[in-house]
Amino acid sequence: MSVKITLDGKEISAREGDNIIDTAANNGVYIPSLCYVKGKPCLGTCRTCSVKVNGKVMAACTIPVSEGMEIDVNGTEITDMRKALVELLFVEGNHNCPSCEKSGRCELQATGYEVDMMVSRFPYRFPVRTVDHASKTVWLERDRCIFCQRCVEFVRDKETGQKIFSIKGRGTEARIEIDAALADKMPAEQVREASDLCPVGCIVDKTQGFDAPIGKRKFEIKTIRERVLEGSTDEG
Amino acid sequence: MNKKIRALLKQHNSDKTRLMDMLWDIQNQQGYISEEAVASLAEGLNMSCDDVRETLSFYHFFKDRPFGEHKIYLCNTVIAKMGNYDEVRAALEQEIGTSFGHVDDSGMFGLGDANCIGLSDQEPAMMVDQVVFTDLTAEKVQDIIKQLKQGKTAVEIANPDGVDSKDIAYVNAMVAENIRTESNVMFKADRDYKAILQTCLNQLPEEIITTITEANLRGRGGAGFPTGLKWKMGRDAEGEEKYVICNADEGEPGTFKDRVLLSHSPKDVLLGMIIAAHAIGSRHGIIYLRCEYWYLKDYLQQQIQDFRDDGLLGAQILGADFEFDIRIQMGAGAYICGDETALIESCEGKRGTPRVKPPYPIQQGYLGMPTSVNNVETLVNASRIIEEGSAWYTAMGTDESSGTRLLSVSGDCDKPGIYEIEWGMSLNAVLQMVGANSAKAVQISGPAGDCLSVAKEGEREFCYSDLSCNGSLMVFDESRDLLNIVRDFMEFFAEESCGICTPCRAGGVDLLHKVERIIDGRGCQQDLDEVINWSKLLKGTSRCGLGTASPNPILATLEKFPEIYQQKLVKQKGPLLPSFDMEKAMSAHDLAYKNLVQEDAE
Repeated sequence: MSVKITLDGKEISAREGDNIIDTAANNGVYIPSLCYVKGKPCLGTCRTCSVKVNGKVMAACTIPVSEGMEIDVNGTEITDMRKALVELLFVEGNHNCPSCEKSGRCELQATGYEVDMMVSRFPYRFPVRTVDHASKTVWLERDRCIFCQRCVEFVRDKETGQKIFSIKGRGTEARIEIDAALADKMPAEQVREASDLCPVGCIVDKTQGFDAPIGKRKFEIKTIRERVLEGSTDEG
Repeated sequence: MNKKIRALLKQHNSDKTRLMDMLWDIQNQQGYISEEAVASLAEGLNMSCDDVRETLSFYHFFKDRPFGEHKIYLCNTVIAKMGNYDEVRAALEQEIGTSFGHVDDSGMFGLGDANCIGLSDQEPAMMVDQVVFTDLTAEKVQDIIKQLKQGKTAVEIANPDGVDSKDIAYVNAMVAENIRTESNVMFKADRDYKAILQTCLNQLPEEIITTITEANLRGRGGAGFPTGLKWKMGRDAEGEEKYVICNADEGEPGTFKDRVLLSHSPKDVLLGMIIAAHAIGSRHGIIYLRCEYWYLKDYLQQQIQDFRDDGLLGAQILGADFEFDIRIQMGAGAYICGDETALIESCEGKRGTPRVKPPYPIQQGYLGMPTSVNNVETLVNASRIIEEGSAWYTAMGTDESSGTRLLSVSGDCDKPGIYEIEWGMSLNAVLQMVGANSAKAVQISGPAGDCLSVAKEGEREFCYSDLSCNGSLMVFDESRDLLNIVRDFMEFFAEESCGICTPCRAGGVDLLHKVERIIDGRGCQQDLDEVINWSKLLKGTSRCGLGTASPNPILATLEKFPEIYQQKLVKQKGPLLPSFDMEKAMSAHDLAYKNLVQEDAE
């Protein structure tokens, strides 16, 4: 069913039940997000898609549109909140873009550009996190993990359906874990899928790295904004 | 796989939604949950080991390594620290011979901290192996540890007369009751549960819902959602099964009224659940009991059994075509599980992570089915409304806030304990009643709530449109350092954040650091401005109530007691913030120079 909503002051019609991120993209309005994957259940973890719905701040990926909704995406205050959340993610981990395999393909980096982040307003924390390279297939670079939970929810052992990635501990103690035995069973294309699914360079395919030259990397060919607005999920 | 774990899996039909119970069984038998146990559980439940650890590592009281034959947790809330806390803490370390967070050399004692354990009216208090000791002093602690060393169990020490744990005398042996008021709604003696339930079952579910709606009953957990509406939605929701969950995860620091209700009116709570079940059409009830209240478990189990024996629970209740039974789900130490969706996740054997909403539990809750989660006190109210009628109930309180509210009062007052007040009472009147004659500030609804200035806000009233207090009321007099209290509260939130969303997980720590900076006398106006902006971010963008409420301790005190911050601020001189430590910054350079350059030269 079609409903009428207001998006940044413009009245549009949208399909009832679609979430706000998809609806906005269909109407040419980009909303950043680091955990949402189009076509999959929303995770609502990163909160970088926060918008104002009828004046209240909400995560756009979690809210289905309904009749009469007024959505503010690009107002000054809410735009700065999204930027602040991206900044928080940068200082919470250790993100050294120039030396990262994911650079140019990294959604956090790309989103940083989109929200005009120059430097974080929050103090850098420089946490000490251990790299896990026990698996033959995957290099788990915890410094870069942003706890989006995509891998935890969407990557499963093909045979048993068991979780390959999981979270241990809670709050600031939380960290991503990998079941090395299950990870070793992942076929090459699943490893690639997992590393592409990771919005940052935390899940690294051990057989690949720095394969595209600077200038020809994913988000250099086409920005993350353009990709979201096109609704494309391809990796090229 | 070892035999015991195989038996355990069989007992639970290898159902991974019962993982919490299995982890507790293993820990209670073996002292901790070993790698081997995790592997066996994982195998039996078709989970990866890490997946089992997701749950195991989430909860404060689950241990994946030995933590002593006796696990001792001293409550470290601000209320505890107003009493003998320091002396008790030192005595524990001294007697046991280890520091907090550690196991002693003999492996006999593990010593840890606990957040509020629901005994704020008798702090300092500690948990020892699932029983509690209250009103502690150094001497008391010395005596308890001595007896434990002599081979006595904690139960034997707490309950020297050997009362059956199914008996209320067992609970009373450990915990003072402290019910301070004559009550209208709560703690009614000699209720004829059968007759009340018969009255309920004689009516259609819709009639019950109408009565609760007309009584204007609102959820007592804090959110104040109309109970009648929740039950109507539950009635209307479609699902093969429906569930009634009693939220007894009373974790908000300073509150303990649900403990007292469960101790002294347990059948009122059970009756409330049965009424809810009749109203929404449910066959299954769960009491989610925080493990800090383990000493109530056998007693509550017996109360449930009494009801079964009397035909008030089970198949064909009171001869009607109505089946309903209740199980107890133990928590394992996570404040966030007081959130109804986190609580449901925990009931399903998972991490207590709040769900994305919508859908709401009343549509899709436990196991994806419509679930009514109600607070202990709400259920007691419902049982009394069905007994006495909605007009009786709305005659109490104010026009928009019907009935009464239980307050858990602690801190600087003569008579800490449980008070039943009619909605509409003023803060000043409450303070006078509890003997708080020199109160300066009152924290209501716990750290997540508000900090009131008695001088400025004494005439405010307890009601849903003004002070919609969740029951926690902590009194602080002139001698208390509010900034330290704020820091404690911020530490609490940072520690209890589940970590699922960015603002709460990452931002909470930054807010805590700012408060510490101000207390240390290194903060300036810019720090304070940032605190306000970052608080807005957390309040706006966090996923659940914990994150959105976490800046409240700072924001409330900034508004009511701005002077406590202003006194601590320093003036910025030049371009550097006062918190910038030049010496420390340079020392890193000096060290690097020494290690890299000078050593090379040598």
